[in-house]
Amino acid sequence: MSITDLERQAQQAENAPVHAIEGRSQWSLTRQRLRRDKVAMASLAVIVIMVLLAIFAPAFAVLVHHPANAAYPITGENSAGQPVGPGTNGFWLGTDDTGRDLMVRVFYGARISLFVGIVTTAIATVAGVTIGMIAGYFGGIIDTILARVTDAVLAFPYVVLALALAVVFGPSLTIVIAVISFFSWAGIARIVRGQTLSLKEKEYIEAARSIGAGPLRIMFIDILPNLLAPVLVLATLYIPSAVVFESTLSFLGLGIQPPTASWGSMLSAAQPFYQTAWWFVVFPALALLITTLAFNLLGDGIRDAMDPTTERLVAARRRKGPRGSPSRSRNDDLDLIIAGDAK
Amino acid sequence: MTGQAPAASGDVLIRVDNLVKHFPVRTAGFINRTVGQVQAVDGVSLAIPRGTTLGLVGETGSGKSTLARCIAGLIPATSGTVHFEGRDITNLPRQRMAPFRRNIQMIFQDPYGSLNPRRRVGAIIGDPFAVHKTVPADERKRKVQDLMERVGLNPEHYNRFPAEFSGGQRQRIGVARALALRPKLIICDEPVSALDVSIQAQVLNLLADLQREYGLTYLFIAHDLEVVRHVSTSVTVMYLGKIAEAGPKNPVYDTPRHPYTAALLSAALAADPEAAAARQRIILTGDIPSPIDPPSGCRFHPRCPKAQELCGRQEPPLEVKAGDAATHLAACHFPVTAGEKLATASRRARP
Repeated sequence: MSITDLERQAQQAENAPVHAIEGRSQWSLTRQRLRRDKVAMASLAVIVIMVLLAIFAPAFAVLVHHPANAAYPITGENSAGQPVGPGTNGFWLGTDDTGRDLMVRVFYGARISLFVGIVTTAIATVAGVTIGMIAGYFGGIIDTILARVTDAVLAFPYVVLALALAVVFGPSLTIVIAVISFFSWAGIARIVRGQTLSLKEKEYIEAARSIGAGPLRIMFIDILPNLLAPVLVLATLYIPSAVVFESTLSFLGLGIQPPTASWGSMLSAAQPFYQTAWWFVVFPALALLITTLAFNLLGDGIRDAMDPTTERLVAARRRKGPRGSPSRSRNDDLDLIIAGDAK
Repeated sequence: MTGQAPAASGDVLIRVDNLVKHFPVRTAGFINRTVGQVQAVDGVSLAIPRGTTLGLVGETGSGKSTLARCIAGLIPATSGTVHFEGRDITNLPRQRMAPFRRNIQMIFQDPYGSLNPRRRVGAIIGDPFAVHKTVPADERKRKVQDLMERVGLNPEHYNRFPAEFSGGQRQRIGVARALALRPKLIICDEPVSALDVSIQAQVLNLLADLQREYGLTYLFIAHDLEVVRHVSTSVTVMYLGKIAEAGPKNPVYDTPRHPYTAALLSAALAADPEAAAARQRIILTGDIPSPIDPPSGCRFHPRCPKAQELCGRQEPPLEVKAGDAATHLAACHFPVTAGEKLATASRRARP
């Protein structure tokens, strides 16, 4: 290759159209780290499966020819009128107290639980972020009022209020969503307020004001993107508590009303049968446990993935290897020394 | 120290008269009681002719940045006025300030803190266009890339995040953002103090080029005297919220009248080592006093090598000293004369 060739190449490179180079965003780094987190990925898979089961619950009902609310006194109950166990008469997970298919009802329960969990978290997040951001950004008397209201909501004995509301308005899905949303926004608002308080002191907020940006523009364009990371983690962790809250209300008879399937009301109905029909208790409880655990672990995973310092911690842990392994690294020796000193 | 801003020749772009900014000090707790005032800026007057650079120097805590923020309308002034092209812009509400915002822009000190880490550079530089709607959305990208090219950034980096740039490049982003609206006045709040010396020169040269090209007026804040000398037409020295000395660059640097100016100049590094060796250092003891409870009389007297009884009693007016040009003002009862030897250490007595 001659020098003129090189020159021609350089010329071509210079004449190439100017196109913007895409930067790697915080989000793409977070996604990358999250993908390496096995626990978080497993949790995500569990959540996806649970969502699919909820969506296709009617299809399962068709598949096993057992509609969710249909009782089968002949095939679904034994001669003593008790529920039949898993695998009996085509009931894969057994039946409940009135001879309905437990598997179909657990899947239908997932619809209610996930719907309530996601809808209430969405409402609570929007309300909490709006209120927290307004309180934190404007400060002064607005902040004082909003922060006190937030504290008041957090201090409320929510089960008592839920009981009262259910008695007054009659139990329904709407009331359940309203009550859970009402008690969830405050926690988010408080954290968002704190974050906003620290963000608004940043110099780039002052730069935005010096350009002439108004409060709305500053809140939505400059502050909100910086809040998304903590809010996303919070929201992921609020979904399972909303699911549990819904189950609690339904368990107490204040939430979803029979015959609509809900994990909470199923557990409530299963109480007298825990000695005779274990499946009636175990499967709804297991569904609840797996769902809440998956959301919590995913939330933890997202939090770790967003914090750039955790990567090093994970790597350090991996280097050290499992505890008590014969191949001992220098780190382990250090740990032993520290442990020895502590004794 | 009431009165008019120093007489300035030519067309005055911005004029500040007797500006005061006090921050209330409140007790923490449920009922906030005001227990004092931080007298950050206390009666400052200045005027900047169009197309020139006013260098504002002083120690940390002397009120330089507070003054800049009051002029830019970012914080309300307690009293005093700011006139831009003869119109009063003091404490205007945001909507009425908008037309002046286009003409008064700021470059900030911290190139890391002044750019939102979550936004792409193109969006940051294009922000002024979006806020003031001076450029339609479909032309914004091209305009932003023109600006990037003008300040020496690669326009291909339009979609990058601030974290992917060096400190000097980030400060160029800040310059591009300040330049977007074609302002008449740019307030530079220590624009180079966070940068390496080699990068400082590049950014300063860029600012000088832009001034020549667009006829910009700068209020240039710095604590580095050599930087101020390099860029300024005239210089104002602040101490504890008040002006100690003001005037055209050369008289102030060559024959400082205020002992504080003399002390600052004696502490600055000189490019010429022989001159530096011959120079007598004036070492000030102690820190700048608290602006909540400033010293009586002349605010500099507890640290001043020339202080006498009068200085603690009576505040010296900002006036022309004997033998100086009419534009060179100093606030001192006992101004330094050329060639005078000052004591190398001030009295330790504190009020």
